[in-house]
Amino acid sequence: MNDISTKPLRMTYRDACKDAIRAAILADPRVFLMGEDVARYGGCYAVSKGLVDELGEDRIRDTPLSEGGYVGAGIGAAIAGMRPIVEIMTVNFSLLALDQIVNSAASIPHMSGGQFAVPLVIRMATGAGRQLAAQHSHSLEGWYAHIPGLKVLAPATIEDARYMLRPALDDPNPVLIFEHIMLYNREDELDPAVTAVDIVSAKIRRPGRDVTLITYGGTLFKTLDAAELLHQEGIEAEVIDLRVLRPLDMPTVLESVTRTRRVVIIDEGWKSGSLSAEIAARIVEGAFFELDAPIRRVCSREVPIPYAAHLEAAAVPQVPAIVAAARGLVKGE
Amino acid sequence: MIEFRMPSLGADMEGGTLVEWLVKPGDAVKRGDVVAVVETQKGAIEIEIFNTGVVSELVVPVGQQVPIGTLLARVDSAMRAAAARPATPPASPVKPPQPVIPPAPIAPPPAVIAPPPVTQAAPVAPPSGAAPSRQPVSPAARRLAAERGVDLQQLTGTGPGGAITLADVEAAQAKQPPAEVTRRRTGFDPAAMRQAIGAAMSRSKREIPHYYVTQTVEISAALRRLEQMNSERPPPRRVLPAAMFLRAIALALAKTPELNGFWEDGRFRPGDGLHIGWAIALRGGGLVAPAIRDAGLRTLDELMAAMRDLVQRARASGLRGSELSDPTVTVTSLGDRGAESVLPIIYPPQVAMIGVGRIVTRPWVVDGAIGPRPVVTMTLAGDHRASDGHRGGILLAEIDRLLQEAETL
Repeated sequence: MNDISTKPLRMTYRDACKDAIRAAILADPRVFLMGEDVARYGGCYAVSKGLVDELGEDRIRDTPLSEGGYVGAGIGAAIAGMRPIVEIMTVNFSLLALDQIVNSAASIPHMSGGQFAVPLVIRMATGAGRQLAAQHSHSLEGWYAHIPGLKVLAPATIEDARYMLRPALDDPNPVLIFEHIMLYNREDELDPAVTAVDIVSAKIRRPGRDVTLITYGGTLFKTLDAAELLHQEGIEAEVIDLRVLRPLDMPTVLESVTRTRRVVIIDEGWKSGSLSAEIAARIVEGAFFELDAPIRRVCSREVPIPYAAHLEAAAVPQVPAIVAAARGLVKGE
Repeated sequence: MIEFRMPSLGADMEGGTLVEWLVKPGDAVKRGDVVAVVETQKGAIEIEIFNTGVVSELVVPVGQQVPIGTLLARVDSAMRAAAARPATPPASPVKPPQPVIPPAPIAPPPAVIAPPPVTQAAPVAPPSGAAPSRQPVSPAARRLAAERGVDLQQLTGTGPGGAITLADVEAAQAKQPPAEVTRRRTGFDPAAMRQAIGAAMSRSKREIPHYYVTQTVEISAALRRLEQMNSERPPPRRVLPAAMFLRAIALALAKTPELNGFWEDGRFRPGDGLHIGWAIALRGGGLVAPAIRDAGLRTLDELMAAMRDLVQRARASGLRGSELSDPTVTVTSLGDRGAESVLPIIYPPQVAMIGVGRIVTRPWVVDGAIGPRPVVTMTLAGDHRASDGHRGGILLAEIDRLLQEAETL
């Protein structure tokens, strides 16, 4: 039971997150999980369901409904030598803790001249797709990717959900992990040969020669589906999973762009002032003369994510839009 | 329905043999596409179409020799409209059908003339003096074209927004590999070309009252400027003196429009644009003078690239019909192994031709002292019906002045 990660196993993304937390707590007495409803309720997306019975109330701690309060407590615990995992229900709610995350967690190592590290991990859910409307569905990870002093991770695969937490806890900087809500029920097989991943590099999830599709998190699988449809049309799309949103692994991106010379960036965030804009700018800075077509982006419509299912679906990137954008670059449409 | 007819590729052409169709009924064609290869006295020439539509019928079979004006194919312009996807606007405005004959130089697309809006030019502004152009070109395609000396203005873009892409540049080069040319074409017949040159030059000497004016130009400033430009360039990217002469000639001709155009039906008709025919000697004898379009708008580098491209394609029989019919004036430059000066014979119905001799070192008086200087002799042949020697002298003086200020070229 405790050593579940060494067996080949088909599991959900949710269980991979849970296994990661369990393994981290069992491996290190300084690690604990805290957040709203993480213990008795089992977490708003059921990631920590059952863990409090297994690991006890010292390690799985319910907090008051106060993001600013418990994120601040997590920062203090980290400075004092603990390795807290703080869960925030959704990225929308993390705005209440923005002061703690930006002004404290990201800044204290700098302002203390390196005397205090903040080895804190904050996990939060992000993204749309469950009809949770405009206060629970946004993709604001790009905002955090703006902040020096933070590392920002976006595990999309079961493997990354299972193994990114460990290096995040080992990192002396505050690390934010964004889990897209539509991934929790996704199932896949864990490769037993893999027992660790890095939190540095982007990964090419599908090689191709005609166009590079850059994405991360919740839109990775839509993008892979789009790449398969493009393949049936004779267009070989390369899919890059960024995995790490800050710092960006630009060498992998630029190397791919230099081969394919065409780029579509797929991001559930909005376009304006966004991560997709930053990636596009860096590609132009670093590989302008390699480009054979304008950069295209498939992003969320510039509206608060709607409640109605058909409007919600229309507001976020979908496979046909990704296919159309890539096909247009290759075929001159 | 558009009728595609055998074009005239010069005053000396009477007809041609259709040696290859590059399209078949049902194919979509657009303005500028090469649709056929025609064997003329000047060799195999690629014939472009100046309409957009769908080929509905090929009238003349391969191998048949037909006179100018013969109906070669029918093109349906309506079918294109029906087939076009409504959501996609055409990449470039479709021009109304233009008569293929007489072979008047085709009006340059407005994009070539109009300067780009400042806002658009700002982020990726070409070096000052570059030809203004709204044809979008991908950064990678622009770099490859510069490396290989491909003239982007001759290409049709297939990328997003009609942009020229890497594939377009590569395809443009692939069109003229020597091996393919010899396989599919008969190549030009030196005897036939001799005959064609003879006919055109006889007509010129018979009809055109030539006057000649000559000027020897000291070019040490020009050569210094080239040395500076070329010092850090690999040989394939170096600019030759001929390009600098051509740049000065083009700028001077732009100021003397009386020398740029045609004598037709007893009167002068100005050229619509300045398209300089660049005389190229062919291996095995003979010569052709394809057009460098809008020569006055091109930078030194662009002129050099255009010259390299034309020489390469002329010798591989890869010229296009419009390139032979477009010139509004002609320049011949004898180069390193030529004579000291040349008195050109005007190519009718043009009204002027400029000859440039070999660069030689001669005693030259500067500030009252004699010293060795590089000089070149330029000669203008003018049609006395269209202009007088005075005008010709002004042109040569302007060329001289420009070459003394070579750093501005």
